[in-house]
Amino acid sequence: MAVKTPIYLDNAATTRCDPRVVEAMLPYFSERFGNAGSRNHRFGWDAEDGIETAREQAARLIGADAKEVIFTSGATESNNLAVKGAAEIYAKAPAGQQGRGHIITCTIEHKAVLDPCKRLQREGFDVTFLEPPADGVVTAEMVRAAMRPDTILVSIMWANNEIGTINEVPEIGRLCHEKGVIFHTDGTQWVGKMPTDVERDCIDLLSWSGHKMYGPKGVGALYVRRRKPRVRLEALIDGGGQERGMRSGTQNVTGIVGFGKACELCMAEMEHDRERLLKLRRRLEDGLSGRMEVVQVNGHRDRRLPHISNISFGFVEGESLMMGIKEIACSSGSACTSASLEPSYVLKGLGVGDELAHSSLRLSFGRWTTEEEVDFAVESIAKAVEHLRKLSPLYDLYKEGVDLSTIEWQHH
Amino acid sequence: MAYSEKVVDHYQNPRNVGSFGASSDVKTRTDIGVGIVGAPECGDVMQLQLKVTADGVIEDAKFKCFGCGSAIASSSLATEWVKGRTVDEALQIKNTQIVEELALPPVKIHCSVLAEDSIRAAIEDWKKKNGIAVAEEAHAH
Repeated sequence: MAVKTPIYLDNAATTRCDPRVVEAMLPYFSERFGNAGSRNHRFGWDAEDGIETAREQAARLIGADAKEVIFTSGATESNNLAVKGAAEIYAKAPAGQQGRGHIITCTIEHKAVLDPCKRLQREGFDVTFLEPPADGVVTAEMVRAAMRPDTILVSIMWANNEIGTINEVPEIGRLCHEKGVIFHTDGTQWVGKMPTDVERDCIDLLSWSGHKMYGPKGVGALYVRRRKPRVRLEALIDGGGQERGMRSGTQNVTGIVGFGKACELCMAEMEHDRERLLKLRRRLEDGLSGRMEVVQVNGHRDRRLPHISNISFGFVEGESLMMGIKEIACSSGSACTSASLEPSYVLKGLGVGDELAHSSLRLSFGRWTTEEEVDFAVESIAKAVEHLRKLSPLYDLYKEGVDLSTIEWQHH
Repeated sequence: MAYSEKVVDHYQNPRNVGSFGASSDVKTRTDIGVGIVGAPECGDVMQLQLKVTADGVIEDAKFKCFGCGSAIASSSLATEWVKGRTVDEALQIKNTQIVEELALPPVKIHCSVLAEDSIRAAIEDWKKKNGIAVAEEAHAH
């Protein structure tokens, strides 16, 4: 079995740009280099054509009208624009006052939603951070229970980036429409992988990113509903009034063209890709569970994206595990792999327990991941876990039948 | 994070891995001192067992470690350094020497502190089992 190492199993972090995307972008670096804002010559028109084609491609992927798609620098900017931009417009009291309105989000959102919400909290908004149950799924019932008469915005991600669990988005969307509350969802891990229809799914604002779906980095989009209801946003970046005034600045034409092409390819290949990814995920999880004991797949067993697998290996610390599988590129929820030296707040938020959070790996697949690569990963991980369990005092205690939670540890 | 060659070597070929018996057995043996420091939820647990002669010489040492590569290397190194020393000599080992030997970066200094603590804890355990007064040293980190 000859696989080329290192193997890339970190597609939830970023994906390789599809060669067809790169090809579509190339002319916009050279002969079609114009500024889409130049309305009076060929160069400007060519750039504008490129952008408008991309807007159509992006809109088609999510069942929207092209006029409802705003291009940004990525999902972080889209999330910021959606959350802060909507809060400012729909605020119930002017800046500087309390009681500006209520926002509902959840504790395991990406930081690009959590931190804007925390900023709004400091600026006079009330924010409820829903705590999902152990399976990680945020339900419409949880949102309904948190709703208040002054609720102005709900922001719940479609699927979680660390564990891949899928929240009850259409149900939450319907609830928001019923209550007249704006609904934003961060679709970064969902869009392009799973069927999306903003009408059917009752979404008002939807963020997504190019580089998670085989497009270039530095470009993303925000869907902004234009009718029933017409959603308004306060811009974060003022200037030349591009993107319907919601996002000023000369458009990243090459990036946007690549983004559009990536959307088109995802739409065409979604069914095929999804089935393939699901098979790979099953192969990995079955392979690992078959090879060793105390392996826990984190998050809901079934309500999960096909390309993300988050697994805890009991009695083994994640960073040392990654050291043993150097030829596999992946992520860990271990504190030692994060800049903050804190274990994953997502896993902690699910009550996975700090110990299993420290022991977790996130492996995520993409368009070019092969079965041979997955088999290689299973083999390497099994070997590394075996090596580390031989070193692990916790594994000894487990083998002796000692319940680790009954031990009084010396906290450092 | 890039590790030093010494850390990688200790990770791949850890020295003196193991124990002198099940945790319930070594608890009562007066020739063995056991130190377990850290906590699973903090991501590091080190277990050091020392086999000590009646006159206080560390004959043998075994370790187990749940932790990152630097933690494994620190405890592996600690077993190499304490072997053949008297308990009083072993108590002179400072975490800074471990940091230097393994070229640990600042974020990994706590691993060396944990290794120093495990030596102290194991020696204290041995002293207690043998009725030797444990010197109360000011020891903060």
